[in-house]
Amino acid sequence: MIEDLSSKTSVDESTMLDLYRQLVRIRSFEEKVQELHKLGKLPGFVHVCIGEEAIAVGTCSVLTTRDHITSTHRGHGHMIAKGADVGRMYAEIFGRVDGYCRGKGGSMHIIDTKLGILGANGIVGGGIPMATGAGLSEVVLGGNGVSVCFFGDGAANQGVLFEALNLASIWKLPVIYICESNNFMEYTPTADLTAGHIYERSIPFGVPGIEVDGNDVLAVRKVVQEAVDRARRGEGPTLIEAVTYRIADHAEGESAFLDAYRPDSDIEQWRDRDPISRFRTRLLSDGIDEGVLDEIVQEERARVEAGVEFAEASPFPSEEETLDHVFAVRGA
Amino acid sequence: MAKLYFFQAVRRAIEVSMEEDETVIVMGEDVDLGAFGVTSELIGRFGPNRIRKTPISEAVFVGSAVGAAATGLRPFVDVMFSSFFYVAMDQLMNQAARLRYMSGGQVELPIVYFAGTGPSGSTAAQHSENPHALMMHAAGLKVVMPSTPADAFGLMMASIRDPNPVVFLGDLSLTSLRSEVPDEPYEIKLGTADVKRPGEDVTIVAIASTVRTALDLATDLESEGISVEVIDPRTLVPFDWNTVANSVEKTGRLVVADPARRLCGAAGEIIAGINERSWSSLKAAPQRVTWPDVPVPFSPPLEASIEVTKADLEKAVRATL
Repeated sequence: MIEDLSSKTSVDESTMLDLYRQLVRIRSFEEKVQELHKLGKLPGFVHVCIGEEAIAVGTCSVLTTRDHITSTHRGHGHMIAKGADVGRMYAEIFGRVDGYCRGKGGSMHIIDTKLGILGANGIVGGGIPMATGAGLSEVVLGGNGVSVCFFGDGAANQGVLFEALNLASIWKLPVIYICESNNFMEYTPTADLTAGHIYERSIPFGVPGIEVDGNDVLAVRKVVQEAVDRARRGEGPTLIEAVTYRIADHAEGESAFLDAYRPDSDIEQWRDRDPISRFRTRLLSDGIDEGVLDEIVQEERARVEAGVEFAEASPFPSEEETLDHVFAVRGA
Repeated sequence: MAKLYFFQAVRRAIEVSMEEDETVIVMGEDVDLGAFGVTSELIGRFGPNRIRKTPISEAVFVGSAVGAAATGLRPFVDVMFSSFFYVAMDQLMNQAARLRYMSGGQVELPIVYFAGTGPSGSTAAQHSENPHALMMHAAGLKVVMPSTPADAFGLMMASIRDPNPVVFLGDLSLTSLRSEVPDEPYEIKLGTADVKRPGEDVTIVAIASTVRTALDLATDLESEGISVEVIDPRTLVPFDWNTVANSVEKTGRLVVADPARRLCGAAGEIIAGINERSWSSLKAAPQRVTWPDVPVPFSPPLEASIEVTKADLEKAVRATL
């Protein structure tokens, strides 16, 4: 049983409202992505993080722009929580020139170095070494930043995770490895093909392993804050397994080619633990006015609509851009 | 001017680069000792913060270099044997070679991936690769493969200063090669071929260790009145098409020597590129001399049998005359 940390966490009201806003922004963004996908407006694969937003929000709420993150194919939430603009996010997902990567990356590869986002990644576990290397930069250059590596429970079975935990441990790198344990590796329940507990996998490397309720934004925030403090003190990496559930499909539109692989009742059960409704209940019980929360919801929905409008108005990149950006030009 | 062995020249370039730029770091297995001498004794000079000895975990250190380069460092990564790139292929091909493009040009990745390469005396199929063709195909990796100590120095200086991932392959059969390297630091621009010997009748484009073989042959053929031009491309990506095309337009004949397998190799690519550019100048079908399409064998006579020899090269040259 995971310890209930949120009741023990006190955060000031404006931060609480900001957390709520971020959660709502990501949910609204992702629901719109689903809608756009159904309309056939989005090229390629899209993976949404509905039900998992609290991990991105809780984590990024204790980071600064100076800190780096790497993300996954299910990375929209991480980007937004790290400060990405929804309009430029949509533009990237639409493959437009005003997207973060000028339409070169798409949904699975959004990067913004100014925000410290080293990239979502289309390869499961692919970003783990990159986050580790960003931690190395901090140590070599004497910086005080940290690096956060988001990965999924599927990536927990990639060997490179163990290589990274070892390296980060021996070099005491300021890296926080956050496993979003959403119960599924693509279409297979994680437990079917995964030995033991993921959070315990760091223990042999001398790295703390912590399990947290990933649907509780305050609990995530608390454990990540502790790990970040530890990293900034030069005490090395932490592995956090944030337990959640993938309410959404692995990839949007999968039912067109796939039989059902999980009972609807499971999904319904997890909807009852929805991180946003739970947090809203908490805010109301703290005495926050419902009208304030409703206003946030309205504002974020409007933001998303404006973002889509911005993206749809953005042109596709010119064909000449196909040949750009393969190599950097020295001194340019 | 001092005489340096091939890998000493590489080492000197690293040392000079580390002195001039404190963001240059070294990572790899046993780099405190330096497997081929390229990083030996640097630790005493620059300390363990910049000379990072890694565990035998190619995937994570090849990939960490990407994150480190994206956040302010210039890693020199010693992969040791080029066969070991295959252990880290996701990180090399899907990450290092992709990140700049996928980010729409936001990221510069100044990384040198160095490895000793090619057969070095019965090290067999898992320590003898010449994987340059694979790297050439990546779209996002520069590929450097020099043939002399002086070139190795100048090209390594340029590679470390380059804002892109550079795969720098040091041919292990050049280990005992020792020749003069200018004392003052200099660099050789990536993408500039070198005419190692001028000639009039036939152009040999020779890669890495085959340059010496081609020069030997050119000397032999001179007595017969056959004038051979030997070009060392030095870097395969970017490739200096102009120098090769100008030569072929003069000689009308092309032979490519490549110490690597034939199928989809650099030799085939160079010939195709020259066919496209200089077709009307060609007086004979271009020839290539390569390994056969086999893994590198262990047994000494079998290993020797795949080498690009002077006799193979001579046969190819005569076929164009």
